[in-house]
Amino acid sequence: MASDQATGGLQIHPMDQFIVKPLFGGDAIHWYTPTNVTLWMALAVVCVVLLLVIGTRGRALVPSRVQSVAELAYGFVYKMVEDVAGKDGVKYFPYIMTLFIFIVFANFLGLIPMAFTTTSHIAVTATMALAVFFFVTILGVVKNGVGFLSLFWISAAPLALRPILALIEVISYFVRPVSHSIRLAGNMMAGHAVIKVFAGFAGVLGVGAIFPLAAITAVYALEVLVSFIQAYVFAILTCVYLRDALHPHH
Amino acid sequence: MATDTNAAEPVGMPQLDFSTFPNQIFWLVVTLVVIYFVLSRIALPRIAAVLAERQGTISNDITAAEELKLKAQEAERAYEKALADARAEAQRIVAETRAEIKADLDAATARADAEIAARAAEAEKQIAEIRENAMESVTLVARATAAELVSALGFQADGAAVDTAVASKLKG
Repeated sequence: MASDQATGGLQIHPMDQFIVKPLFGGDAIHWYTPTNVTLWMALAVVCVVLLLVIGTRGRALVPSRVQSVAELAYGFVYKMVEDVAGKDGVKYFPYIMTLFIFIVFANFLGLIPMAFTTTSHIAVTATMALAVFFFVTILGVVKNGVGFLSLFWISAAPLALRPILALIEVISYFVRPVSHSIRLAGNMMAGHAVIKVFAGFAGVLGVGAIFPLAAITAVYALEVLVSFIQAYVFAILTCVYLRDALHPHH
Repeated sequence: MATDTNAAEPVGMPQLDFSTFPNQIFWLVVTLVVIYFVLSRIALPRIAAVLAERQGTISNDITAAEELKLKAQEAERAYEKALADARAEAQRIVAETRAEIKADLDAATARADAEIAARAAEAEKQIAEIRENAMESVTLVARATAAELVSALGFQADGAAVDTAVASKLKG
């Protein structure tokens, strides 16, 4: 692996877990090369199918455990879309459900030791965030025409302040995809890197490794929480942006 | 920041290795499209149907339960009505019977009264007869005694005069 340095045996490579590698050898990573990204995304798809398709196979009136979880996930996201984006946002529910369920499974799969966390990559989260950004922007313009610009013109504020507020609103609108994507990738990357750093300490401390191990356990528990919360945050922000596109008037 | 794309050991954050971006984006798009079709074609309609069916079943059951409750209330009302009817009928029968018995009793009393009155009248008649007879006897005895007394005193009893005297004495 890495060459020995002045730190002696302490070899911490917290970022190695994020390296994109081809699955079947070779060095070249073309756009079509099956990589560990492919593998872990495919596993996420498998999990989605297991939970939402195989799990609901029985169509039971009194649901089994897996079906209950599937129904809970459905109800959770459906209610979120309905509450945040409004009744007319419900028809975009499948898109938001797709994003949410993918992020949840990608995050949780990434928590498996030795796993690759696809959602820790800015390329992945930025693609989703930009897709959401362009989708809601185009939707807002198509639905409201020029009226969509009233999103930036806050009629509740004093007239003198409105141009300044409009400038701030425009800037914050275009920063949305950046914060939307970096929030998710940053959270996933940071937590996993921290666990790796502690694991590196545990490797050289001998009996004293009990302390880094305790820390790993705590951070891991936190990461489980963060994995869900970040998926929820991504989805609910998508709903908020969707509501702005459907109802730009404050 | 030298990010050598195909180097065995990339420097810096792998997240900023732009050479892997097309690969990641391609597979992400594939994944999302697959998940979207799985969800929108199979999973979501199925779960929505199951939830709707459950909602329907629950509301049907609630409606059925309400119907049964109404029926039970109706049955209770019918039972109470029957009970009240039966009670009224019983009271009517009791009153009827009582009236019948009273009528019988009245008739019997009247009959008994009539008989008693008849017997009393008869008895009175007999008593009057007896009294009459006694009166006559007294007159006879008085006449005979008076006549005897007169003759014992040594006089010739004049029958007519004695009769008149006795009659006047009896009258008082």
